Amino acid sequence: MAALLEMQGITKTFPGVRALDNVTLSVEEGEIHALVGENGAGKSTLMKVLSGVYPHGSYEGRILYAGAEAAFRDIADSESRGIIIIHQELALVPLLSIAENLFLGNERHEGGVVNWPATFTRTEALLAKVGLSDPPSTVVGKIGVGKQQLVEIAKALGKEVRLLILDEPTAALQENDSQKLLDLILELKTQGVTSIIISHKLNEVRRVADRVTVLRDGATVATIDARREEISEERIIRDMVGRDMAHRYPERRRTIGEVLMEVRGWNVWHPEQKDRQVIRDAAFSVRAGEIVGIAGLMGAGRTELAMSLFGRSYGRDISGEVLIEGRPADTSTVLKAVEAGLAYVTEDRKELGLLLEEPILRNITLANLAGVSSGGVLNPAEEQKVAEHYRKAMNIRTPSVFQRVVNLSGGNQQKVVLSKWLFADPRVLILDEPTRGIDVGAKFEIYGIMNQLVAQGRGVVMISSEMPELLGMCDRIYVMNEGRIVGELEAAEASQERIMAQILRH
Amino acid sequence: MANTTETAGRQETRGILSYLGSHLRDYGMLMALIAIMAFFQIVTNGTLLKPVNITNLFLQNSYIIVMALGMLLVIVAGHIDLSVGSVAAFTGAVSAVLTVRLGWPVYAVLPSCLVVGMVIGAAQGYWIAYWRIPSFIVTLAGMLVFRGLTLWLLGGQNIGPFPKAFQSLSTGFIPDLFGVGRPNLTAIALVAVAVVAIVWQGWRGRLRNAAYGIQQEPLAMFLFRNALVAGALLFVATQLAYFRGLPNVLIVMSVLIVAYTFLTESTVIGRRIYAVGGNLKAARLSGINADRLTFLTFVNMGALAALAGMVVTARLNSATPKAGVGFELDVIAAVFIGGASMSGGVGKIVGVVVGAFIMGVMNNGMSLLGIGIDYQQVIKGLVLLAAVIFDVYNKSKQG
Repeated sequence: MAALLEMQGITKTFPGVRALDNVTLSVEEGEIHALVGENGAGKSTLMKVLSGVYPHGSYEGRILYAGAEAAFRDIADSESRGIIIIHQELALVPLLSIAENLFLGNERHEGGVVNWPATFTRTEALLAKVGLSDPPSTVVGKIGVGKQQLVEIAKALGKEVRLLILDEPTAALQENDSQKLLDLILELKTQGVTSIIISHKLNEVRRVADRVTVLRDGATVATIDARREEISEERIIRDMVGRDMAHRYPERRRTIGEVLMEVRGWNVWHPEQKDRQVIRDAAFSVRAGEIVGIAGLMGAGRTELAMSLFGRSYGRDISGEVLIEGRPADTSTVLKAVEAGLAYVTEDRKELGLLLEEPILRNITLANLAGVSSGGVLNPAEEQKVAEHYRKAMNIRTPSVFQRVVNLSGGNQQKVVLSKWLFADPRVLILDEPTRGIDVGAKFEIYGIMNQLVAQGRGVVMISSEMPELLGMCDRIYVMNEGRIVGELEAAEASQERIMAQILRH
Repeated sequence: MANTTETAGRQETRGILSYLGSHLRDYGMLMALIAIMAFFQIVTNGTLLKPVNITNLFLQNSYIIVMALGMLLVIVAGHIDLSVGSVAAFTGAVSAVLTVRLGWPVYAVLPSCLVVGMVIGAAQGYWIAYWRIPSFIVTLAGMLVFRGLTLWLLGGQNIGPFPKAFQSLSTGFIPDLFGVGRPNLTAIALVAVAVVAIVWQGWRGRLRNAAYGIQQEPLAMFLFRNALVAGALLFVATQLAYFRGLPNVLIVMSVLIVAYTFLTESTVIGRRIYAVGGNLKAARLSGINADRLTFLTFVNMGALAALAGMVVTARLNSATPKAGVGFELDVIAAVFIGGASMSGGVGKIVGVVVGAFIMGVMNNGMSLLGIGIDYQQVIKGLVLLAAVIFDVYNKSKQG
């Protein structure tokens, strides 16, 4: 088949960094091409070169697109040629309707007056293509992330897309929404749309990709053709990290002790919708040295359970009992929960976990300023000592602890959040999607840190949507569905099938 | 040999340049202030830095700086306070009623009015912090309410004059202990002690940073900056000494500046205010009682507005219904020129002080030149805009 896109010898340098070094990427007409690599490998930079965010002339190398040499000046230029990129952070306006979003900047109009009937009919046609049946007047903020992703794709289709670039399209989606999205990409392929998909989820790559290109440290390592050979996850990981990763989960010696935390009869109501109960009669326990998983689909109430336990940060009319080391604990405010020995590491690092514009050091000490001050006065030397300690212990890759957090990669940001909570010295840590949006290498490090935590006699509750990770890390797994804990499995007897079965049975 | 020295010298220069580049914001506004002062010094034929005018500069701007200190905390916490002008006028009126009508002594009036300011701050902060009503709305309402209450309290008239003791809040001077009169040696001595303290503190900080390997400004830069600050302070002190010495209000202002610098940079509560403004949700989930902190920043703002109100009243020697009109805009402008961010979490006391002096010197300089109030407002507006554009441009360049 003919190549739709040839990127040859692309080199892009930033002051002090060579982000792309002689990268080659070839995408055939009508294929789904996966681009994988660790965070910082250069995937996003390469796509920015392609879409004109970095205009022609700011990089070296050639781009051949649809048989001619392309020199895009900006995004509008590449879009007019049918190259459309859908970013990880969706670019939809939450307060506008689906129809308004679809034609934002591209309105159906006559002399500046919007033609609403045409807009709505066209929207309906586009929504049908992506399998959405919501009315075009629905406000985007009211539909779930999964559907929003589909609206983005419908928007791309509305622009006569020829080459669709999806940057981590399923990162924020739960299992069945991800499946729907992948089905849609396969469906578009039959209609002649070529796709480039950037993803960390190798099982998804395996499922949809015709070919896979692996980037490492700004260079092309390999392109694997799925039609000729089996794409094994081990092979891709080896190419990505440049080493064999025999074990994706680090070994740990299990020494499980007494019960550290026990939750009984926990009920939570929705903060706005008065008659909606979010958590029903939940009960679970964590022992010292134990990693306990909570599995479930998105919307099962896992984050809501964790946040309502942690200082009632979510929900209304909360009732139930928390026992820490056998004694009833007051967790009614975040401060009391922290004092009782609880820590909650959020799934949403940027929104809920970090002061992005502040240096690493200030983030690490935030939850325990008493530990670096006396009489309310901060001790800068002590604070720096603490931050340096965690920089080494957690292997946070940064030239200095005075670096602003916004400049760190996802994995290193997560290590900063973990450091913050470790400095508060909790007995039990609730980790909510601790490896979301983190590359393979950093994931392994986070797992290692979790193992260290339990080795110190702490208890860990791990909430995750990636079942292999739960199965690889946990001693026990609770299964949640629709606000209830519907099952409990020992690690030895757990499998993806059994977890799914428990979810579906209820 | 000569080569190595040359290379080392070049590296040193490059160190200074790159340091300046990354701290352009911090020095840029200071340079702007110096440039503005130099400009007016020249075009006013040296009037700007004459002893009497320097004294005036401090008297005119002290209340703006006092309120800007509180406003910085409010803005860093992610809020705004539009009511400070009216609150200052109201507390000024209260002080007039207590002093002139009821004959209270100044040591009773001063704390009473501060309490009134705190109560007003608490009343506004309560709605903002615990009811989550936008501060813009609450303080806009406060701006109207307290302007109205001022009119009501004063019955639409001026109240004055004040006894000497009250006036000395603003127009009093530290007496010369050495009894020479002019030049006032006490003033020079006090400032000299302050300069030594500043340089010594800075040097200690440098040594501590070096011990912990913290990246810091190049030595040459440090010496230059300290020499500049010391020179400027001693020059100002000498000039003041040749007029009437150090104004009381300058002492109050200096103490407050030092106290609020300490509060924002070295205390747990200061750190938490920045965290609340930087990311409210993350701060809450880190166990910080954001509502209480927000409440307290408004209580603090109320107290400082009350203090400023009394200083203004003492300076005018009468409480008037028109006092403090438009102050909130000067105060907020000073904070933003000083580098605070509209979205909260960013801003420094030293920046605010520089920002307030930029506004103050321009007010004073343009008045000296006899530029009409119409052009003055246009120019001040443009300076505010330019300062913030400079800020945003800087940020985008750093990426």
